[in-house]
Amino acid sequence: MAEAHPVGFQWVMEAKARGAKVIHVDPRFTRTSALADTYVPIRAGSDIAFLGGIVNHVLSNELDFRDYVVAYTNAATIVSGDFRDTDDLDGLFSGFDPETRTYDPSSWQYAEEQEERSAAQADDSGDTETQRETAAGLQSESHGMQVQGNPPRDPSLQHPNCVYQILKRHYARYTPEMVARTCGVSEEQFLEVAQAWAENSRRDRTTALVYSVGWTQHSVGVQYIRTGAILQLLLGNMGRPGGGIMALRGHASIQGSTDIPTLFNLLPGYLPMPNAEEHQSLEQWIDAVRKPGSKGFWSNAGAYGVNLLKAYWGEAATPENDFCFDYLPKITGDHGTYRTVMDMIDGQVKGYFLLGQNPAVGSAHGRAQRLGMANLDWVVVRDLFEIESATFWKTSPEVATGEIVPEQCRTEVFLMPAASHTEKEGTFTQTQRMLQWREKALDPKGDCRSELWFFYHLGRMVRERYAGSTDERDRPLLDLAWDYPTHGGPGDGEWGEPDAEAVLKEINGYEVATGRPLSSFTEMRDDGSTLGGCWIYTGVFADGVNQAARRKPGAEQGYVAPEWGWAWPANRRMLYNRASADPEGRPWSERKAYVWWDEAAQEWTGHDVPDFEKTKPPTYLPAEDAEGVAAIAGADPFIMQGDGKGALFVPQGLIDGPMPTHYEPVESPFRNPFYAQQANPTRKDYVREDNPMNPSPPEEHSEVFPYVFTTSRLTEHHTAGGMSRYVARLAELQPEMFVEVSPELAAERGLENGGFATIVTLRSAIEARVLVTERLSPLRVDGRVIHQVWLPYHWGEGGLVTGDSANDLIGVSLDPNVLIQESKVGTCDVQPGRRPTGPALRELVADYLRRSQGTTGEGERP
Amino acid sequence: MPKAFLGWPVLRQLTGRDTLGRGAAVRSPRTDATVARTETADSVARSVCPYCAVGCGQLVYVKDDEVVQIEGDPDSPVNRGRLCPKGSASKNLVTSPLRQTTVKYRAPYATDWVDLDLEIAMEMIADRVVKARNDTWQELDEKQRRVRRTLGIASLGGATLDNEENYLIKKLFTAMGAIQIENQARI
Repeated sequence: MAEAHPVGFQWVMEAKARGAKVIHVDPRFTRTSALADTYVPIRAGSDIAFLGGIVNHVLSNELDFRDYVVAYTNAATIVSGDFRDTDDLDGLFSGFDPETRTYDPSSWQYAEEQEERSAAQADDSGDTETQRETAAGLQSESHGMQVQGNPPRDPSLQHPNCVYQILKRHYARYTPEMVARTCGVSEEQFLEVAQAWAENSRRDRTTALVYSVGWTQHSVGVQYIRTGAILQLLLGNMGRPGGGIMALRGHASIQGSTDIPTLFNLLPGYLPMPNAEEHQSLEQWIDAVRKPGSKGFWSNAGAYGVNLLKAYWGEAATPENDFCFDYLPKITGDHGTYRTVMDMIDGQVKGYFLLGQNPAVGSAHGRAQRLGMANLDWVVVRDLFEIESATFWKTSPEVATGEIVPEQCRTEVFLMPAASHTEKEGTFTQTQRMLQWREKALDPKGDCRSELWFFYHLGRMVRERYAGSTDERDRPLLDLAWDYPTHGGPGDGEWGEPDAEAVLKEINGYEVATGRPLSSFTEMRDDGSTLGGCWIYTGVFADGVNQAARRKPGAEQGYVAPEWGWAWPANRRMLYNRASADPEGRPWSERKAYVWWDEAAQEWTGHDVPDFEKTKPPTYLPAEDAEGVAAIAGADPFIMQGDGKGALFVPQGLIDGPMPTHYEPVESPFRNPFYAQQANPTRKDYVREDNPMNPSPPEEHSEVFPYVFTTSRLTEHHTAGGMSRYVARLAELQPEMFVEVSPELAAERGLENGGFATIVTLRSAIEARVLVTERLSPLRVDGRVIHQVWLPYHWGEGGLVTGDSANDLIGVSLDPNVLIQESKVGTCDVQPGRRPTGPALRELVADYLRRSQGTTGEGERP
Repeated sequence: MPKAFLGWPVLRQLTGRDTLGRGAAVRSPRTDATVARTETADSVARSVCPYCAVGCGQLVYVKDDEVVQIEGDPDSPVNRGRLCPKGSASKNLVTSPLRQTTVKYRAPYATDWVDLDLEIAMEMIADRVVKARNDTWQELDEKQRRVRRTLGIASLGGATLDNEENYLIKKLFTAMGAIQIENQARI
């Protein structure tokens, strides 16, 4: 955190100054470790084992915050008697189909009081293969589980099939000994962390878990975060001040680009892109989201969906034509960025837009990225600088190896200069869901333009080209609501800059007849009388005021600072904060008071906007047949979940299991110490000759790649370098690609500090300057010593400082829930000296392929 | 040169009230004439750092149509005026001489860039989008289900863009039938 989010880290140091204990767990000693009370080196890829060990410590010593756990989590809920755990099936859960490598999650469901499974629950137990292909798990970012509202429970937590007991059995084998053996952490150090975490939680105290999004870049990435969530729920650290799970995201508005997604499987506000199989009508699409019979705010999905369609197609969208639902294109499987790159290599894609993104350096398997781009008809690169993704046809490593020959590369490239953050106005959404409006400081120079300008005018021109078309397929473009007001600078006349505030107002939503901006998504109607482009952002323009532009100084407000910017939903700064009060609505302790029920005023109040219906009393009990919002009891804080409870066990929505289980990374030098099942059995692989993976046990020849590598950021650079290697001040601070190795590894392989090393995988070989440092230490794992090496990933051949790209080393294997690649752990070889150049580079990699007989073609991997 | 001697900072420090040498003793007429760029700026815009997702407030100072300074916004409850090395270098980012300010075009099989007029480039891109869409249009998939889409146009990016921009990007591509629209959140 001190390295990649230094200014955010000041708050950790504030907490430390007030007595907080800071623990840092990381494969590498960093600036964060230097300032922490305790630093724990860990083997990359073993986090579930580590956190699972703490879960076991909490459960076997009954250290959980029992009142919270019983009232607010699904610990008491009883799971189907058909469920079988990984203990019984050696690393698999019940329902596994080895043919498709997916689960049928029927046996993971809550037990039924009646014979028939409720509609809400049954609906999602369907085709998990499709769900994997479409990264359906990502929709659950705010969807929550759609399960029956009132499953059978045993509040004594004694029922053998209640979640609490299942969890306890599942993690029983995650003993300190197993943690030490798997993670390379000493038992003493592990217990120090486990005890500190448990002691600093429950009624009077809270512990925060902070992760950086390298956690998501694993074949079990979602389950990493799930393990953290289980622990924080057991200890009563969710929805309470000083607690929670903080995801430190890495880009100025990556939260915004997930909320208002440029993602293949999502529409704004986490509405799913309709798929051809299940969503051929508006009703099917809405029902798939709202899950009739469920509790919670997704029951109003009809209004959210209709408001989006109305925002897209305006007057053309009417109740009679299902608000133009049919205009939405349908997905049929995996259309993610890695699938698309493979399709580029296979010649199926014509054109590609790159919008402030540099996949030639920043995406896994750089060679595949560049070969894909070299096989397109055209690429439009919009960026501040001449980045590697714009110059792949003349300067990429594949030009040196002869794989791309400029005179034979047909791709047309348009490099369009972009406006910077100071040259346009608009909102970023930062990592805690807060939108902040940026004022424009000045007009961009020359031909530099905003994306708003580019896409508004591109849309205008494409629509002009289709004007007069009678082809039905062109209606979605011709009927599109695309009349945004423009104003002066940078372009004139018809080339003016669109008004970003007008777009924000459409995102917020308004009454169609009057133009009055909506103040809350509860005002959205499903009859076409209101429209709004992203329901979770409704309120950002409440009262006709741009709430994201609010700038009441922090010093003039309390610590929650609700009048600086605006956070979704409804300006709540902490989600699920109803949990900061006990079931009766009183703060769990005075020290941790945050939101509570005011008996006299008969409403929720506190330091933040309560994440609960304002006047629903804690004693409220829904009628038996209640649905949706009315079915949320006064003591159900997790209002987006189908049962109102925090999920220790997840019966639905996850592809790879209801509880996190340790699997080895796809590339690992070790056999899984816990189970026969080696790696995540449901991960998404692309088994192709151009995407070979290094062998791992029980496959043979894993010793060809004896070391573990991981990558992360430097303070002085930014991701793929497009905003830092071209900036003199930053380039000067970190001028050269390097690799950090321990003194022990340096001795083993003859590496000299300041000299060069070559790092090899089956994708490529790169060179880097050697930094011999005790920041990395050899770990003892499963009875032998393992060396880890660390690489920053910011370099390419462009910019003021150049170097090889660490991402060239990485193969494409994805988490099955969200289709994010495993790029934070892999195996490699390290040799002293520089790598070969020209065609000899590919010969070196081919030699390793021969030696390791890597799985390049057919065949299942463990 | 008694005047110069008497003006010597060490002497002023030893004989004056500023014994620690952190105030009047070490000031010179040149120091006094120095004015911060932030004071002489024509305008200041309240902005947000474009690097990581912490969301530090920035103040962008402009003079004669150039950014002359970017500082942390002391009012922001996020960063209290502080910026990290990258945020502190953001003036250098936006004023870098390496920034592209004209459209560059690489024709098929060409070995170098040529300059292109912005409006001509826009016309060419619009033509290519229309052609790619028409050439790859898919009304039904292989199972005869209605999909109304193109798999010929892909896009990657958005995590450093504004919400308003991402909104228009997704809206336009969706209306076009392009679905391979992705950003860093998948990476």
